[in-house]
Amino acid sequence: MQIWLILGVILLLAAYGYQRGKGGALAAVSGDASQLHSLPSYHGAYVALWAAIPALIACVIWLSAEHQIIEALVVSGLSAESQALEPQRLALLMSDIRNLSSGDIVRADPSLEVQAAAARYTELASISLYAKFAVIAALSAICLFFAKKRIAGQFRARNRVERIVRYIMIAASVIAILTTIGLVLSLLFEAWRFFLRVPFHDFLFGTHWSPQTAIRADQVGASGSFGAIPIFAGTLLITLIAMLIAVPLGLFSAIYMSEYASPRARGAIKPLLEVLAGVPTVVYGLFAALTVGPYVRGFGESFGIDASSESALAAGLVMGVMIIPFVSSLSDDVINAVPQTLRDGSYALGATQSETIRQVVLPAALPGIVGAVLLAVSRAIGETMIVVMAAGLAANLTANPFEAVTTVTVQIVTLLVGDQEFDSSKTLAAFALGLVLFFVTLALNIIALKVVRKYREKYD
Amino acid sequence: MTDREQSTGIAVDSAEVKHARKRYRAERRFRMYGVAAIAAAAGMLALLVISIVATGWTAFYQHSIALDVTFEAKVIDPKGGRDPSVLARADYRKLARASLRKLFPDVKKRGDKRKLYGLLSIGVDQQLAELVAADPSLIGQTRRVEIYASDDVDSFLKGFIDREAPESDRRIKDKEIAWLDKLETDGAITSHLNLRFWTKGDSREPELAGFWGAMVGSFFTLLVTLALSFPVGVLAATYLEEFAPKNRWTDIIEVNINNLAAVPSIVFGLLGLAVFLNFFGLPRSAPLVGGMVLALMTLPTIIIASRSALKAVPPSIREAAFGVGASELQVVTHHVVPLALPGILTGAIIGMARALGETAPLLMIGMVAFIVDIPGSVTDPATVMPVQIYLWADSPERAFVARTSAGVMALLGFLMLMNALAVILRKRFERRW
Repeated sequence: MQIWLILGVILLLAAYGYQRGKGGALAAVSGDASQLHSLPSYHGAYVALWAAIPALIACVIWLSAEHQIIEALVVSGLSAESQALEPQRLALLMSDIRNLSSGDIVRADPSLEVQAAAARYTELASISLYAKFAVIAALSAICLFFAKKRIAGQFRARNRVERIVRYIMIAASVIAILTTIGLVLSLLFEAWRFFLRVPFHDFLFGTHWSPQTAIRADQVGASGSFGAIPIFAGTLLITLIAMLIAVPLGLFSAIYMSEYASPRARGAIKPLLEVLAGVPTVVYGLFAALTVGPYVRGFGESFGIDASSESALAAGLVMGVMIIPFVSSLSDDVINAVPQTLRDGSYALGATQSETIRQVVLPAALPGIVGAVLLAVSRAIGETMIVVMAAGLAANLTANPFEAVTTVTVQIVTLLVGDQEFDSSKTLAAFALGLVLFFVTLALNIIALKVVRKYREKYD
Repeated sequence: MTDREQSTGIAVDSAEVKHARKRYRAERRFRMYGVAAIAAAAGMLALLVISIVATGWTAFYQHSIALDVTFEAKVIDPKGGRDPSVLARADYRKLARASLRKLFPDVKKRGDKRKLYGLLSIGVDQQLAELVAADPSLIGQTRRVEIYASDDVDSFLKGFIDREAPESDRRIKDKEIAWLDKLETDGAITSHLNLRFWTKGDSREPELAGFWGAMVGSFFTLLVTLALSFPVGVLAATYLEEFAPKNRWTDIIEVNINNLAAVPSIVFGLLGLAVFLNFFGLPRSAPLVGGMVLALMTLPTIIIASRSALKAVPPSIREAAFGVGASELQVVTHHVVPLALPGILTGAIIGMARALGETAPLLMIGMVAFIVDIPGSVTDPATVMPVQIYLWADSPERAFVARTSAGVMALLGFLMLMNALAVILRKRFERRW
């Protein structure tokens, strides 16, 4: 709630600044706007921007640092023995203190120390709240005041405003880069912590995956083993099945749409395929688990194959259907980009339409189609919900599509959903898998885009 | 030899004709492959929709059992103070059970009684408590109240449990069937629209579970996503398309955006977990964090769509504006962006629709928690529609299957609405230059 209040205050000050800037500019030339370098509204905007932006930046910094600083202060106020606790126990203690402070349900009878710390926490939080208000409002008012002082008849308000707006735009474009950096850093950092515990080699080439780590030291199967080969194999198996469905269906749909279909038929088919792309993956997952899975099992049993209802085949089939539109729309684009002159030349030699397509159009479009297939593969590898709901959890190293297999994404989800402390090998393993996933899909995309781009240049 | 063969010089059954026929057959076959591929894709879509609708439509109605409940004052409010907190905590289950016992006086054994009580939903106390809270004058009176049937009874009444199956295979036993038949002949069993589904939050009991909590959660999440990704996306697209110099930096940004668009969504969830939750300490399960993660995910979509919309505005517009003395920024804000706005909005709506259907990254940041309360702000714990569907799909109760599919229908309904809006925008305001 407080955030809205702060934003409201900043907005009010900015609105006030706008009025003051506008009025100030007109007053400076005693009402004759033609004497001004910039329109009065630019003077207003200049003051308003100065009133709002530094305050907003301060607000963001404050909000993102507040939490850590308060926790650190509360921890430093705890007794020496509490401070010496292991990090995990300390985190538990802190969450008790937080809950007590916010009035949520806590474990029975908190100790005196916890109560005192909770009181301190509440106190610090309220100090921070008031200080935040005061600092932000003061900052806004001071900036407003100085900006207002600069307003004069020949003040180049428009140029200033335009420069500020341009900086804002640059900041917005940089967010995309920051996101990538954030992605890479968070994955690398957590994966690095994982590789400190589990050797890199064991992870990439180990053939046994059972991430359950022991709670007690003497437990059977004490430390989990993190050999990711079965997971990679499962991912590849499901991706292969999906591609066996998606590539022929998608490619033939694209050929029909671009070469045979009348404009009207095309206008009906294209949206249909787009609908297939727009269905949320959780719906496909439900479809796979509810309808296709049991059917696949029945199908397997009728051939005397022992199939489980969570099978690679069910997940792969449905994933293939999901990917059809990717293959078809990308292939459609490349087939359309093949110059008509090539087709005309082929017809002139007496080839039928299908012969032209098979022997002229497809070879010419091949690099683009390969690119499309690579993009589809990267999509299939990263797909999560279908496999989570339909592929199973058992890390079997098998090529039998009727068996349950597991994939990289399924393992990430199962390792991270649920409550466990954040820095166990188990949760860190998820980040190592995420890192592999990120780089594999990134490589596939870069190769695919290169292939497609190179091919485009050939005919341009 | 006939005349015809003489005149053309080609025999009807000669190798050339056979070859030509073969080629035409291959032509037709090839064409059929295309039709078959499209038919297969359409067939899968139809199968998906049919299977969802067929399993889901029964969740939109529900059965209740009408009972004459006596709101005994000595059970509800023994002290007579009519204190709301006392009224809320009274043992209403006892009242419902008493009226059931009155209907079936010959049920004596403990096990049988428990089965009898099990006909009613566990939420019966809540239901009666709400009635009394709304109208305390009920206390002391006897009213006919329609009480939700339990999920098994509901499934039985909807015909999912086969009467003829051996008793050990049935969730509803012979005795219960006899009771239900008696209630049915008494006209005590009613079926009605399942309003709860549209007005309540999640529950462990299928007959009480509602989708409204997830809908509100989705609304808050999308609100955050829109508030973050739309302005940032439009600003970034405008900069890259209209202002940015062509140099290495802008090249890097461009390649970066294209690659971000293809990063698997679950990786964004990992980012949210590591950065927003563990580093900045934002609350788990909150629409705020979910919205931030989805905003990062939809940002590339919005930027790419906005850039192509800006690119479609012809340079003559810009030149005309420059000609009358507009500054660079004025050209863009007064002319180019307003003209590109329909395209930008279409892209934004499509991005939002994708965010609405996204599940995987939200699992990472704890939006899978079981949440009964309707979230009231962006920092309250919440879940969203697709995650709710995932949660219900995991539940073992038979009656959740129908609710899951009903949830899917609701979600698809919203998606269709958003896409229809995008299509209308494009059709109405699209300009051909």
